[in-house]
Amino acid sequence: MGEVMQKELIRLEGITKLFPGVRALNDVSFDVRSGEVHALIGENGAGKSTLIKIMMGVYEQSEGKIFIENKEVNYRTPAEALKLGLGAVYQDVTLANHLTVGENFFLGNLPRKMGMVDWNEIYSASQSTLDDLNINIDSQEIVGHLTIGQQEMVSIAKIIYQKANVLVFDEPTALLTNEEVEILFDLINRLRDRGYGIIYISHRLEEIFQMCDRVTVLKNGEYVDTLNVDETDENELVQLMVGRSVEDMYGIQHVENEEVALRVENLTGNGFQDISFEVHKGEIFGMFGLIGAGRTEICRAIFGADKYESGQVYIHGKPVHNKKPIEGIASSIAFLTEDRKKEGLCLGLDVEKNINLASYPLISKNGFINLKTERERAEKYIDEIRIKTPSRLQLCQNLSGGNQQKVVIGKWMCCDSDIFIFDEPTVGVDIGAKAEIYKLIEELIADGKAVILISSYLPEVMGLSDRLFIMSEGKCTGLVDRKDFYDEHGKLREDMALSRASGIMTD
Amino acid sequence: MLDKLRKSNWFRGYGAVLLVMILVFIAMSIINENFMTYDNMFNLARSTAVYGIIALAMTFVIITGGIDLSVGAHVGLAGMMVTLLTVREITSMPVAIVLSLATCALVGLVNGVLIYDGKLPPFIATLGSMTIIRAVILLISNARNITGLPPSFLEISKKTFGITKENYLGMKTTYGIPLMAVIWIIAILLSFIIFKYTTFGRNVFACGSNVEAARLSGISVRKTTYGVYILSGILCGIGGILLTSRVASGIPTLGTGYEMDAIASTVIGGASMSGGVGYVGGTVIGSILIATIGNAGTLLGLNTNYTEIIIGLLIVVSVLIDNFKRR
Repeated sequence: MGEVMQKELIRLEGITKLFPGVRALNDVSFDVRSGEVHALIGENGAGKSTLIKIMMGVYEQSEGKIFIENKEVNYRTPAEALKLGLGAVYQDVTLANHLTVGENFFLGNLPRKMGMVDWNEIYSASQSTLDDLNINIDSQEIVGHLTIGQQEMVSIAKIIYQKANVLVFDEPTALLTNEEVEILFDLINRLRDRGYGIIYISHRLEEIFQMCDRVTVLKNGEYVDTLNVDETDENELVQLMVGRSVEDMYGIQHVENEEVALRVENLTGNGFQDISFEVHKGEIFGMFGLIGAGRTEICRAIFGADKYESGQVYIHGKPVHNKKPIEGIASSIAFLTEDRKKEGLCLGLDVEKNINLASYPLISKNGFINLKTERERAEKYIDEIRIKTPSRLQLCQNLSGGNQQKVVIGKWMCCDSDIFIFDEPTVGVDIGAKAEIYKLIEELIADGKAVILISSYLPEVMGLSDRLFIMSEGKCTGLVDRKDFYDEHGKLREDMALSRASGIMTD
Repeated sequence: MLDKLRKSNWFRGYGAVLLVMILVFIAMSIINENFMTYDNMFNLARSTAVYGIIALAMTFVIITGGIDLSVGAHVGLAGMMVTLLTVREITSMPVAIVLSLATCALVGLVNGVLIYDGKLPPFIATLGSMTIIRAVILLISNARNITGLPPSFLEISKKTFGITKENYLGMKTTYGIPLMAVIWIIAILLSFIIFKYTTFGRNVFACGSNVEAARLSGISVRKTTYGVYILSGILCGIGGILLTSRVASGIPTLGTGYEMDAIASTVIGGASMSGGVGYVGGTVIGSILIATIGNAGTLLGLNTNYTEIIIGLLIVVSVLIDNFKRR
């Protein structure tokens, strides 16, 4: 890269942020150059969002200086930050859903011609920005009709139109499908080539290696290091973030047991055809596939959240047909859904109620709850699975993602189920909590439980599973034993799993 | 000290409203000598009882994230049914009461079916049933006030538990708690027990907080939805019978607008219209506050439009304070 491309756009020096009683950031420095994607990583609570909010004018730093193109600047609001060329795209896109793409571009600042709104200008200006960025969206489309991925594209185009040259992407891929991620990365690459400075925040380390030029690691509000991405690896980054290596995380004690807990025969339903498999007690049965491959749909059907057309499910050798979740629970299945906020937790209720949510019938008599047991169960699981919460009466909405996920796990442990289905259990969870969730899965299989693990992250699903069930477009394209996960050099055969998942390779 | 108070669960819920209620009582006792008298308190208790029972019904519904606009219509329906059945001597009074309450429960069930099985928004479903019930009341009563209720029925609202004293003219008066208030207190206690000790109560909160998570946790959303609307119907039916006894005739328009007071009481008591949050204690205080402000307005000879303004402000301010506390 040439001299011009490496121009420094923004530099933060010695940033400290004090909240009442907490030092959220301590003497952190960070800079972004023109034409680079700079990753910012760290566990939850490491200070990433505080740093970004200071950069975006949401918070004011307690100490430290901000320089834009080497000139010291002071600003107090996001609007002032935007004027200085700083813009952010957040994971939950903030657009007005009922208005058109064009109107969203000019929200609060509609162009006027003789006192009337100039619709021509709105649609032509926004359309030319979209076209210029190769984003294939009509500026007259209603935002609510677009997919989340398209909405994200619109917000990016909007801040580009507003002349931002430093762009922050905060977990931009959290809600996107694999295809949309490709399109997003493509766009980010083009923005980099045009000399924008990009700050990229993500929990998914593989994205850092795919996308970024430099990476800065924060830990407990302190600056750890800034590295060139091509001079580091995942192991080093995890070490820097949590002081533990990747192998340690996936290195769990496996269990040998031939007893079948769950058998599925020729199951066919909405999104999957003719699926058969067995899961043993003490086994981690991995399910891998691209989004929409039908993994979640199968598990929902087995559990009774959705209907299926034909086929037979056996649990401990007995045929069952669950038509409602309550029947799934009764047949000893625990189902940890993919989207814990939408489907897993009552965020507005406290930890105690959420932990007991699925098992109230077990601790009640004639509809009356045994309050003592309720409290004891909550305390037991908070303690046992190390949920970090000030009290059992804390509302779940105030917990971090990892701890929310643990509450969901606790809820299902309360039901005393034999078969645990984990659907993307570590999405949006930081590395430390990830390791703890793996530890919990290890404890479950040691206890003779059968675990189905759905994950789109190959190192995770291959690192943990005893067998891997790979799907493409609703059909099984392979069932691989753990011993075949590695090639003769001991390297993980990710390409094999991927080509099966995309349907290129089948048995 | 103040910070500790702000953080306490007690204050977060409805402590602020309780404080307002106490202040209103103290202020009124000082301003007007007729306020803190036995007679006024007795009347206040009887009128609050009806509001209070209906507001409890609304609280259950609102915690599930729903709304029941037909509560006032239920009041009118139960009142008119019990009047017609007894005045026309179709059945005995106890049977008339049971039949009226059963009808209200049935209408509640219909609301529940429309909302759960028909997937109608609760606002629409109950707006429809409210309109229909109101029309049915007018039809069965020929839009006339029906008089001639038996004394035993009127006795319900007069019945008082307490000490009977004789005055110098030899007239006997009982000083104590009116039966209406006792029924209200029983409803309060039952609501407390349902929310604190029963799975149904927990399910009401769970469905209001996140209906999909509740379903996937094995909670029957159907039973919970039916349950709250049936309960709402029955409670409002009780309110309607008490109110009819008090006004001593079957009035077709009885209970008109009560849905608004019930919603107001619930919201002032700290409930969230989006569901998952609500307090029995808060609703009780909310209904006392609304009834007391009305009562105070009458004692002070205020134009009722002013008391309405105060109640409107109270609703808005209590939710503003609530938002502020959440920040």
